[in-house]
Amino acid sequence: MLLEVRNIDVFYGSIRALKDVSFNVDKGEIVSIIGANGAGKSTTLRAISGILRAASGSIIYNGQDITHTPPHLIARMGISQVPEGRGIFGNLTVQENLDVALSSVKDKKSAGPNQDKVFSLFPRLKERRRQISGTLSGGEQQMLAVGRGLMQNNPFMLLDEPSMGLSPVLVEEIFGIIVEINRLGKTVLLVEQNAFKALSIANRGYVLETGSLVLSGTAAELRDNPDVKKAYLGG
Amino acid sequence: MGQFLQQLINGIQLGSIYALIALGYTMVYGIVRLINFAHADIFMVGAYMGYFLAPVMAKVFGGAFIPTIIAAMLITGLLGFIMEKLAYRPLRYKSRLSALITALGVSLFLENFCALPFVFGPTFRKFPDLIVAKNIPLPGSLGLIIDNVLLLDVGVSVVLMVLLFWFVNKTLIGKQMRAVSFDKPTASLMGINIDVVISTAFIVGPALAGAGGILFGVTYGSLNSPSLGIWWGLKAFIAAVLGGIGNIPGAVLGAYIMGISEAFATSVNSNLGYGIAFAILIGILLVRPSGLLGKFMPEKV
Repeated sequence: MLLEVRNIDVFYGSIRALKDVSFNVDKGEIVSIIGANGAGKSTTLRAISGILRAASGSIIYNGQDITHTPPHLIARMGISQVPEGRGIFGNLTVQENLDVALSSVKDKKSAGPNQDKVFSLFPRLKERRRQISGTLSGGEQQMLAVGRGLMQNNPFMLLDEPSMGLSPVLVEEIFGIIVEINRLGKTVLLVEQNAFKALSIANRGYVLETGSLVLSGTAAELRDNPDVKKAYLGG
Repeated sequence: MGQFLQQLINGIQLGSIYALIALGYTMVYGIVRLINFAHADIFMVGAYMGYFLAPVMAKVFGGAFIPTIIAAMLITGLLGFIMEKLAYRPLRYKSRLSALITALGVSLFLENFCALPFVFGPTFRKFPDLIVAKNIPLPGSLGLIIDNVLLLDVGVSVVLMVLLFWFVNKTLIGKQMRAVSFDKPTASLMGINIDVVISTAFIVGPALAGAGGILFGVTYGSLNSPSLGIWWGLKAFIAAVLGGIGNIPGAVLGAYIMGISEAFATSVNSNLGYGIAFAILIGILLVRPSGLLGKFMPEKV
């Protein structure tokens, strides 16, 4: 098991955003967490990457307890998070955004090959490498955010709403890229409001409702589940 | 015309020293959103380091200016580092007001501690003659005069500013600093150690102020008391705000505007000087509240 989340609670002030959440991700999988806005999907990812702290429970990555590890060390241990709302550094150029992502990489010699890989997946970024990233279009910013995550060349990627705000064509493209990333050997934990797309590429999925996991199963099981259909798949 | 150009030259000299101080305010603000009031006192410590170290350096190295300025920068850089670790880091996740009040406290502490007889002492001290001033009349009929100290002030500032721009724009830690100033949580996801970046800002900014302190001593020749940082710090801070606090080129621009307007104003009337300089600032801030190069950014939650 690559990641094991055991009974975590996360609070924002006095509001309990996650209640006793447990799940796991195996090596090589694409796992999706689906749920409505505010259900706690992003909170779950932020707790794993260390930006938020679990008040109780534990998070085990690769056999190591990372519940209390600071985020920059978690990034160095092998987990990349592509944050919600893209989270690019708008004051830096495209190239500088990629450079900064290398902060988690010990062996700087791998930078060149990593970058070639990113540019072959996203040729747009190569064209725009000198551009200030704040002036990129929404789709390009999303590509940069994913590219920045790939730059770290970590085996495990957390993707937070990668399709948010993108046109249908770009949504197709970004999901195609997620599948491609997975094929390159990376494990993916995907959080999405677009449940239909998320379940179409995932091996397994979890359904999060107001801070609690209410359902789990293979992607096919969830797609066929009448409750999931009704609540998240539009009938 | 001659008078005009002469004041412009004087203003550039003054602006160069302001710029070295203003950069520290703006770098620290850009990264931790704190106005480090104690920065003015770091400038003062830099000036006093010149007083105490110059004779030693002259003995050890022969020439004193370059070793003295480097030593002063190292010491003020270390002071900035310690200050952040002891005073500001424990308040990192507390209210910003607490940190601001702490900054005022650190400032008062440094001023009064340094005024103790066994530290720097409260009395007037003559700054050592690191550089003997020599007038250099410029050719032409305008009768313009510059001196070697002016060239030194402008030259040292420009060299340090070029180094800083290179550092911030080209090195990994410089890029990390800009990333942290934009978005801390995301920066940490990149594997950036935020503590290291904050410490770096608190070393580099004070080191520049230390260099400014040495230039101040060389230029004005006297250290009145350990409170001498207040006015310089205040004006450099306003220069940083004027240029858009958090913005590095803005701090430089603001410092030169401040220096030049002050030079012109004091040449008209020495009492009016500050008043006119501040009036210009108020005018600019009325039109551009976020400063000349600053971007108004809504606070992120």
